[in-house]
Amino acid sequence: MPDAVITVENLSKSYVLGHRTGEWVRYNHTLRDMIAREARNFTRKAIDVFRGRQVVQGDEVEEFWALKNVSFEVTKGEVVGIIGRNGAGKSTLLKILSRITEPTEGRVMVRGRVASLLEVGTGFHPELTGRENIYLNGAILGMTQREIRNKFDEIVAFAEVERFLDTPVKRYSSGMYVRLAFAVAAHLEPEILVVDEVLAVGDHEFQKKCLGKMHDVASREGRTVLLVSHNLASISELATRAVLLNAGAVEVDGDVTRAISTYLSHGARSAIYERSAEQKHKGPHVSRVEVVTSNANGIHSFGEPLEVKFCIKNADLISRGCFSFQIVNQFQHPVLHAWALYPKVRIRTEEGETETVLVCKFPSLRLNVGQFYLRTYLTEPPGGENYEQLDGICPFEVVRTDEVMLWGWHPEACSYHERWEWMIYHTKTLDNSGTRLGEPNARLHHQRQVHLI
Amino acid sequence: MQDLILIEAGRRERHYWLDLWRYRELFRVLAWRDLSVRYKQTVIGVLWALIRPLLTMLVFTVIFGQIARLPSDGTAPYPLMVLAGILPWTFFSTGLSEASNSLINNANLISKVYFPRLIVPTATVVVALVDFLISFSILVLMMAWYQFLPSWQILVLPIFVLLAFFASVGPALWITALNVKYRDFRYVIPFIVQFGLYVSPVGFSSSVVPEQWRLLYSLNPMVGVIDGFRWCILGGQSGLYAPGLAMSIGVTAFFLWFGIRRFRAMEKSFADLI
Repeated sequence: MPDAVITVENLSKSYVLGHRTGEWVRYNHTLRDMIAREARNFTRKAIDVFRGRQVVQGDEVEEFWALKNVSFEVTKGEVVGIIGRNGAGKSTLLKILSRITEPTEGRVMVRGRVASLLEVGTGFHPELTGRENIYLNGAILGMTQREIRNKFDEIVAFAEVERFLDTPVKRYSSGMYVRLAFAVAAHLEPEILVVDEVLAVGDHEFQKKCLGKMHDVASREGRTVLLVSHNLASISELATRAVLLNAGAVEVDGDVTRAISTYLSHGARSAIYERSAEQKHKGPHVSRVEVVTSNANGIHSFGEPLEVKFCIKNADLISRGCFSFQIVNQFQHPVLHAWALYPKVRIRTEEGETETVLVCKFPSLRLNVGQFYLRTYLTEPPGGENYEQLDGICPFEVVRTDEVMLWGWHPEACSYHERWEWMIYHTKTLDNSGTRLGEPNARLHHQRQVHLI
Repeated sequence: MQDLILIEAGRRERHYWLDLWRYRELFRVLAWRDLSVRYKQTVIGVLWALIRPLLTMLVFTVIFGQIARLPSDGTAPYPLMVLAGILPWTFFSTGLSEASNSLINNANLISKVYFPRLIVPTATVVVALVDFLISFSILVLMMAWYQFLPSWQILVLPIFVLLAFFASVGPALWITALNVKYRDFRYVIPFIVQFGLYVSPVGFSSSVVPEQWRLLYSLNPMVGVIDGFRWCILGGQSGLYAPGLAMSIGVTAFFLWFGIRRFRAMEKSFADLI
């Protein structure tokens, strides 16, 4: 292809991982075992050093392929969204494209100046002022001092931090910090822009502004953008093409809708928390939590039934026992609280029973779109023991594919969507009381769920 | 003509030095950042750059000059001679130790942005150089105090400053690259610096070293640098031992070549290991 700006050919990347062997975790050990093991590991490390290899902690060393034979091309002016589960290789791919790390096999040809934005505010120094950080960050992202000087006012205006320009950024609120950092990045003028998950920060207004800016960059200025995001809405809004990565390989390359629907339908339909065998817990505790979502990869379609399963171990030690959990949104606000309390529920296990499994079902989960996670409480009634609290487990995402919202779906808009019914009257004489209106001209029910997949 | 970048396993950058030149602004900005951050939230600020060499000079003059009664170079006052050794040594040692940790201290940059990594440790040494220039003012004051006039040799001093710069950059590049892979080197550096202070002629003149050992002694690159400094500043009161100087330059050049080579060989894996 003549105008291909990025050509990726059979790209692979491997990492070396260290493990503690399974049997080691399970049993108790004598000091002699311990010394023997440490000695063995030390010898291995020493040999690694001698051969000039990387030092890996653990008993066993394993090679892990983050990317395996990835090939694709990007032509000038395209906006390519890269999606996939955590660990699918998205970030590794971007790191190779932005020359931060080297591939193990294969090659990439890039035509043009690349700017990569893998993090907002890379290199920001807390002691320096906003003004100084603009210059610092700009230089780190590859802008020349003249470019920064020319755009300085624009950057400051975009970030809305005029008053605090000469304050060290360590005194900034996190919102201001992010705005300033993104403002610098948004004024980069590379031929190819590589962006990783940076829109996940900032308030709603600012996100809209950034999305708008990126839209400008892509469409009006004809630049090539590679975009990784978990936010499927922004991918479908911005991207003209999508690449779905799965376990380091390209699964779908092409149409955005097809890539997204494949992503939503393949893989385990749950988000799971499991207490690892290493972390021993002698008291009552939650050993496993599973959120069964309507779609794959922990993605839940709005309005669909949601099921959450909790396994409680060592429940024989509980005397009365209360369990409750919250669904917490990405702004750390609990939006839903569900409980199973003594004496209506028996959590305590009796003779012959090994664990208690609690399953909570929501017939139609009507949370607004966004990222959510769970927080659990395993306690005795007020005044009693507090056995265990888990926080930030089972992250899942709620998306709406049933209806198109003119302004797009945004997590900040609200936290919950109730069912509703509108009655619409077209009257000739204005009557405010509404009581004598009679039959409406039209009715609009909340739409029934239509599944895309 | 658009530039074409080829990313491949084990590929040597063809335009490595050109790339380095292109990123000169980042180099400048990083050095400026380290400088402006250095004395933030301190009370006496930049005075710290003066107090350290001044106190060391006092201690060394008392111990080596007064108690051990070691001879000075020619007729030069002992404190002046010591100071002419402390300044390059402080420059070398701060440069070496800070540059050795520089990659780790900038881990967030290394793992998120591309730029020729060589910039980071060299920018750090430049910061040490600025400190050196500030502390040089003590020497000027001291010379005025002793009414000691330098002669033409002082004009050659920049060459020795450059030599000190390279003497610290060479090993620093090697160690900072190793430090990314094996954090053990973090503990090695303070030891080398402390040890080096006593094996280098900082508190005493290198003329106290017996003649037959002088050449061997000059394997330490700082011997040549410090001798050169004294020769320039004390105006020939201390003789310049030519074979020793050649040896020190040779060792410095070797370490510089070796450091750059090792650094470049490991450079590409920094982001994965850091």
